[in-house]
Amino acid sequence: MFTLKKLLSAAAVSASLATGLSAVVQAQSLGTPINESQLQGFDLIAQPDGSGYPAGSGTAMQGKAVFERRCVACHGMNGEGTNANTRLVGGDMQSEERPIRTVGSYWPHASTLFDYVQRAMPADAPKSLTSDEVYQVIAYVLHLNSIIEDSLVLNKETLMQVEMPNKDGFIDNSQAL
Amino acid sequence: MTKQDLEIVAANGLINRRHLLGLGLAGMGTVASTSLLGADAGLNLEIPGWSKQPGANASGYGSRSRFTDDMQRMSGNPNPLYPGGGASRSPLHQLQGSITPNSLHFERHHAGIPDIDPAQHKLVIHGLVRQPLVFSYEDLLRYPMVSKIYFLECSGNSGSLFGPNPADGSAQSLHGLVSGAEWTGIPLSTLLDEAGVDSDAQWINAVGADAASMGRSIPLNRAMDDVMLALFQNGEPVRPGQGYPMRLFVPGCEGNISVKWLTQIKLTREPTHFRDETSKYTDTQLDRKSQQFTFPMGIKSVITAPSGQMKLERQGIYQVTGIAWSGRGSIRRVEVSADGGRTWADAMIDSHQSEKALARFRIPWQWSGGDAVLQSRATDSQGNVQPTRTSLVTEKGNISTYHFHGIQSWAVNTAGDVANVYA
Repeated sequence: MFTLKKLLSAAAVSASLATGLSAVVQAQSLGTPINESQLQGFDLIAQPDGSGYPAGSGTAMQGKAVFERRCVACHGMNGEGTNANTRLVGGDMQSEERPIRTVGSYWPHASTLFDYVQRAMPADAPKSLTSDEVYQVIAYVLHLNSIIEDSLVLNKETLMQVEMPNKDGFIDNSQAL
Repeated sequence: MTKQDLEIVAANGLINRRHLLGLGLAGMGTVASTSLLGADAGLNLEIPGWSKQPGANASGYGSRSRFTDDMQRMSGNPNPLYPGGGASRSPLHQLQGSITPNSLHFERHHAGIPDIDPAQHKLVIHGLVRQPLVFSYEDLLRYPMVSKIYFLECSGNSGSLFGPNPADGSAQSLHGLVSGAEWTGIPLSTLLDEAGVDSDAQWINAVGADAASMGRSIPLNRAMDDVMLALFQNGEPVRPGQGYPMRLFVPGCEGNISVKWLTQIKLTREPTHFRDETSKYTDTQLDRKSQQFTFPMGIKSVITAPSGQMKLERQGIYQVTGIAWSGRGSIRRVEVSADGGRTWADAMIDSHQSEKALARFRIPWQWSGGDAVLQSRATDSQGNVQPTRTSLVTEKGNISTYHFHGIQSWAVNTAGDVANVYA
């Protein structure tokens, strides 16, 4: 919290207390410059175009051990989940009945799997996996969905090439008012 | 006053809204009880005990009457496998007006409420900008601010109404993921302009400082419009459950994109396709294609009293009241029906209506002890009219359960019990 004394000194930054609001707005440039290199340990955003991935790699075979240690309590031994929200495997968007939507059947981008696991999983200890472990465990989830071979070395380059089954299943509504 | 004085304007007992003005209908209970009270000669009023001794001292931080402690948010059972997930719902059936007290504003968290020291919190703006910047909380408090009254609604609100059978629920349990507040903060455009947006930037990617580092992508043109970095809610610093020390606020849009505990805004050419804009908060249609980035909340209203799980104890005049809102404008009209949508009457709306804010509506209604189905139907300043549940479900299906904004039906039976029904 600012004190009244600090508030007054902030106002004095503007050319004059008698100036209008626009002059005050121009005087407020209080952000501190920072370099992207200073944000490497802070910025976790990993996008479909391959930007934002850390170094590292892993295979589904390696990921099985990580998964069984860190993920099965919620996601089950084979990704079958413990409820509809934690199921990772199976489903078919074209099924006759209501489709079961999982990483395999629904998610349009493999990048989302990396981005989400890195920032939010496991739920009881987010950000506790190493980058290698993230590559390993998402390789295992993709393999459980028969999207990649269990021997594929997943890294920044190979992850970008993974095509998800429902990649064309979405309509961008972002410009609708 | 006699029943003959009242102008009935729609079937099943709806009374002209003008009778709310000056006639004292609201709160008068029932015609029958008035005559009963007049007949009760045994009631002698005396000076109560609290009028005979000094009360409590003024306090540093206020609290409500102990007699209102039953007014609580409703939250689900904690899930040990998903710590911090879940929601708490506003007690719509007990609230009045169009501002929700901060302690009763709904919450939805994806990894719990972080305990953030504002002196340690940073907001970073970077990516496709001329100069990446980091702001402290104290820096931000020195910027010119604006105050606006807006609703906030989770896009999962009312989602159970997509289901095939009506749930036994209350206004709170079915619709409590909406609230209204005055938000004060800095136009986001001010801060983006300071960093200098590159011409090829098309999206902002907003990330919170919670354990999930929850993120959402928002088109730059929208971010430069009416989006706010909110620091205050109803005059006090935003509470931890709402994002202390700061949150994004995107008026009129699904609550999830108003990222709480905001710590990072990265400008990019493309959206990140975060988990909460792909796996969740997307709307699968009947043709199995899924709408992504469905931001605005549709035109909607809910009768909050009488409402589900209440009981009308006796026949007489009731004030039917509720809230209406639209993500695309202000509320121009709310109609109420007491016969399941066959006939409608205009409700009174409080006059100070603003864009993307809750509007309180009221209309008197004479319940004569018969079956009734109460509904409300809102129209906004863009001419959008709230659809029936049937038309909404027919159009959207029920694979996804986000963005329900159809008409709610509360059935009143001859015993006075009020229940959620599909009508």
